[in-house]
Amino acid sequence: MIASEVQQERTQVPSGAQPPNDERTAYLDRLVDQARAAAALFSQFTQHEVDRIVTSMVLAGLDQAFRLASLAVEETKLGVLEDKVIKNMVATEFVYNYVKDKRTVGIIREFPERNLVEVAEPIGVIFSLLPITNPTSTVLFKCIMAVKTRNAVIFSPHPKAQTCCAEAVKVMYDAAVANGAPDGIFSCLQSHTLRDNDYLMRHQDVALIDATGGPGLVKAAHSSGKPALGVGAGNTPVYLEKSADLSAAIVDIIISKTFDNGTICASEQTVVIDDEIYDAALAKFADLGAHVCSASETELLSRTVINPSTGFMQPMAIGQKATTIARFIGMSVKPKTKLLVAPIQGVGPEHPLSVEKLFPVLAVYRARSVQEALRVCVSVNHTGGLGHTAVIFSRNDEVIRKFSEVINAGRIIVNSPGSVGALGAVYNDLVPTFSFGCGTGGGNSTSDNVNIYHYLNIKRVARRTQAHMWFRIPNQIYFNMNAVENVRQFSSRSTIIVTNPVLERMGHVDVVRRYLSAETHAHLLVIPDAEPESRAVLEGVEKLNFYNADQIIALGGGSVIDAAKIMKLKYQSPDADLEQLAAPFLDLRKRVVDFPINKIKQARLIAIPTTSGTGSEVTPFAVLTDKDRGRKITLADYSLTPDVAIVDPQFVMSMPKGLTADTGIDCLTHALEAVVSNYASPYTDANAMQAIRMVFKYLPIAYEDPKNEEARCMMHNAACISAMAFANASVGVNHALAHAFGARFGVAHGRANALMLPHVIAYNAGVPTKFMPSPYTQGYVAHKKYAAVADLLELGGGTVEEKVANLIAATEQLLQTLEFPRSIADLGIPKDEFGRVLPELSKAAYDDPSGRSNPRMPLISELVDLLRKAYEGRGAAQQKEIAQLITA
Amino acid sequence: MTIAVLRKVDNESVASILREVEKSLKRAQGELVIDFSSVARLDGVALSSLAEFASKADTASVKVILRGVNVDVFKVLVLMKLNSRFSFVN
Repeated sequence: MIASEVQQERTQVPSGAQPPNDERTAYLDRLVDQARAAAALFSQFTQHEVDRIVTSMVLAGLDQAFRLASLAVEETKLGVLEDKVIKNMVATEFVYNYVKDKRTVGIIREFPERNLVEVAEPIGVIFSLLPITNPTSTVLFKCIMAVKTRNAVIFSPHPKAQTCCAEAVKVMYDAAVANGAPDGIFSCLQSHTLRDNDYLMRHQDVALIDATGGPGLVKAAHSSGKPALGVGAGNTPVYLEKSADLSAAIVDIIISKTFDNGTICASEQTVVIDDEIYDAALAKFADLGAHVCSASETELLSRTVINPSTGFMQPMAIGQKATTIARFIGMSVKPKTKLLVAPIQGVGPEHPLSVEKLFPVLAVYRARSVQEALRVCVSVNHTGGLGHTAVIFSRNDEVIRKFSEVINAGRIIVNSPGSVGALGAVYNDLVPTFSFGCGTGGGNSTSDNVNIYHYLNIKRVARRTQAHMWFRIPNQIYFNMNAVENVRQFSSRSTIIVTNPVLERMGHVDVVRRYLSAETHAHLLVIPDAEPESRAVLEGVEKLNFYNADQIIALGGGSVIDAAKIMKLKYQSPDADLEQLAAPFLDLRKRVVDFPINKIKQARLIAIPTTSGTGSEVTPFAVLTDKDRGRKITLADYSLTPDVAIVDPQFVMSMPKGLTADTGIDCLTHALEAVVSNYASPYTDANAMQAIRMVFKYLPIAYEDPKNEEARCMMHNAACISAMAFANASVGVNHALAHAFGARFGVAHGRANALMLPHVIAYNAGVPTKFMPSPYTQGYVAHKKYAAVADLLELGGGTVEEKVANLIAATEQLLQTLEFPRSIADLGIPKDEFGRVLPELSKAAYDDPSGRSNPRMPLISELVDLLRKAYEGRGAAQQKEIAQLITA
Repeated sequence: MTIAVLRKVDNESVASILREVEKSLKRAQGELVIDFSSVARLDGVALSSLAEFASKADTASVKVILRGVNVDVFKVLVLMKLNSRFSFVN
């Protein structure tokens, strides 16, 4: 028996061991230096050269498979010769079939659709600890992996497997070097100690530890401070479910559990059998050469093959035949008995045979239900087998699914032998391996079958991708005088016209009614002339339901159209949670909360704006005030965009001067912010630029001569065109500041925008303190785009800076023409009061989502500065700013 | 005095040329330039020779400048921590 030898593998904990003496240290350093040089030279090899060396090694390994297996059995006294031959052949032939076409040098994988390329970088020197249970096959496997990935390996065999391991390394080394591999690519420690292992694990030039062995070894590897692949013990539960092909299952279990006398840690340990087939299963085990133990025999096994003090298997049994074990403990079995089957009643310390047993002793458990079976399997899994391997025999997909959900194992083998199945490539398409990653459950960083990719640093070369952009607007827009006539082409049985009291009194509703078709029943919903409140919206939804509306006509400014958008949303999708839908997002396409797709009703939304500024008729935005909670809810989704926009200037002919100016500047701000936005595109630029040109030309006329039909028409169109730009490019910091300031001091939105606009142009045209990350833009272009606007407006200027300054001056001039206050101070807001609220205002502006598309990332301190400038106003300060800009 | 080794070194001749150049180390008070532009790859012998040569140059207080080293060869020198013992020019 070999108790002490195997025990050594299970208990060696080199961490903290004394360092080797100077002579030994020099020897170990030399090994590392040789390996480092070999790895360095190997880094120059091509894929073709590497593959040629690998092929030669595989052929050499196959040629020596029997001899190496013989050496292993002879030296370790473990396992079965014929099975070890198979292991050596799997480690060469099967591994070769997996790696032969894999690229491991230079570019190894390409993902053109993702602009992503993976490039291999060798690891360097690997320190590899070898198990006693699979010594030569593990050497063959790791040598092939190392050469395929251009790494060098120093092997540390188990003390009682040194000769066979050294011989296996020599076979691989000779074949590799004869075919061009650098000298020193492999070495194998001889007569080494735990101190040597500890020293090498912590050596500065060892890049990776690959430890295959017992828990102590794996723990030492992970404690070394080096990256480590530490893979070790398991405890494989098996569920033999009643739908399984019983005869095939029993054969598979016997194949697996007796393979190399059970030394593969993925082999079956406890078979949980459904009550319905339990007796038949045990009978089949017996028929096929297993010995089914009586209760007293099971008790005897429990006391002898499992250490009562530690609860672990006794080393004397590891890798031994069933008959040898039986003889050793004094149990009488037939001479050709393959396997000892021991019925157990539970899992845990009181049932010693429920632990891992690397020998042909198999625990079996009778389960009265699927639930009980799964519970027992989970218990086995959590008794030393976490992350390793589990097996199920079943034809019931639902049971297989549940088993895979509740069992924590890197490999769940279905209807095939656990040990050979887990090795991969024989019974399934798992990657062939001799190292089983056990995930965090087993203290490992991987749950994979360890393979060549674990011996590589994989570099991902990520080229910049062309971000997809969009341009979404209503699919029908009717414009120019009397465009409202187009209402008649939309059939409807029940239409709700949403408007406000002022517009109703002005007779606008009657104009719309005039063009509704004869079969349409039209109903009026008058809401307050203010930002929509949630209560009014919900009342509106009730009315829509009452009249079973199939069309909504929103006739009004931004508030009315916003209200109608939300009414439509709640009408079509009553379960829509507005609070949730208002959740913040960075990228519209990656938002966490999706707007509802399922709609219980359908209704067309026709938006007819009665102001020339907000552009709500074509935007995907809606703002709702929740007075009960004292907050605003901003919704943004293209599903909110009206279906039809009718931009008819007859509804704005009577707009008062102040409203004309306010809404006109809101329109200009939309366009100027869309032009420099990080989401700007040629599509939005075209619209924004056109809108800017129209505003500069027609807004002063519409302001001075409200009855000028052409100016009104053009400004009405400009508002819609500008909105098409910002509906897709969004706005920027000007709106963020205006929202914060306007809300705090009750200043109209357009007016608040006007107070900030020249300062914001100067701010964005400067060199940002912080650039805003954006996949949509190349370089910083805000100043150049402002210059392009200046050129469009024919403002003159020889340089970008001069053009920006001229744009600011022209904007100033426009604001002056429209008789806007020059500063916040001009509004009568005391300086000390403004100073007190500055922190609150700047924070509110910072939180406003509008700022996220601004080209320059606004720092809070910069927002404070912008607000101060807006307070001080244009004029001298502004001139100084422009002068600085030009100088810069 | 700077001594330039005009003869080009190639893959096979690294070790032999370095052995020849060793004789010049005593005369080279200051710098020694070796043209590596034709060296596409280092083998084990060349690598050992370079390490040995670097030590001898250190002893002789001679700065060894390698000209035209390709990046694959340079990376081997970096992996072997030899890069700090040479200077590099194009």
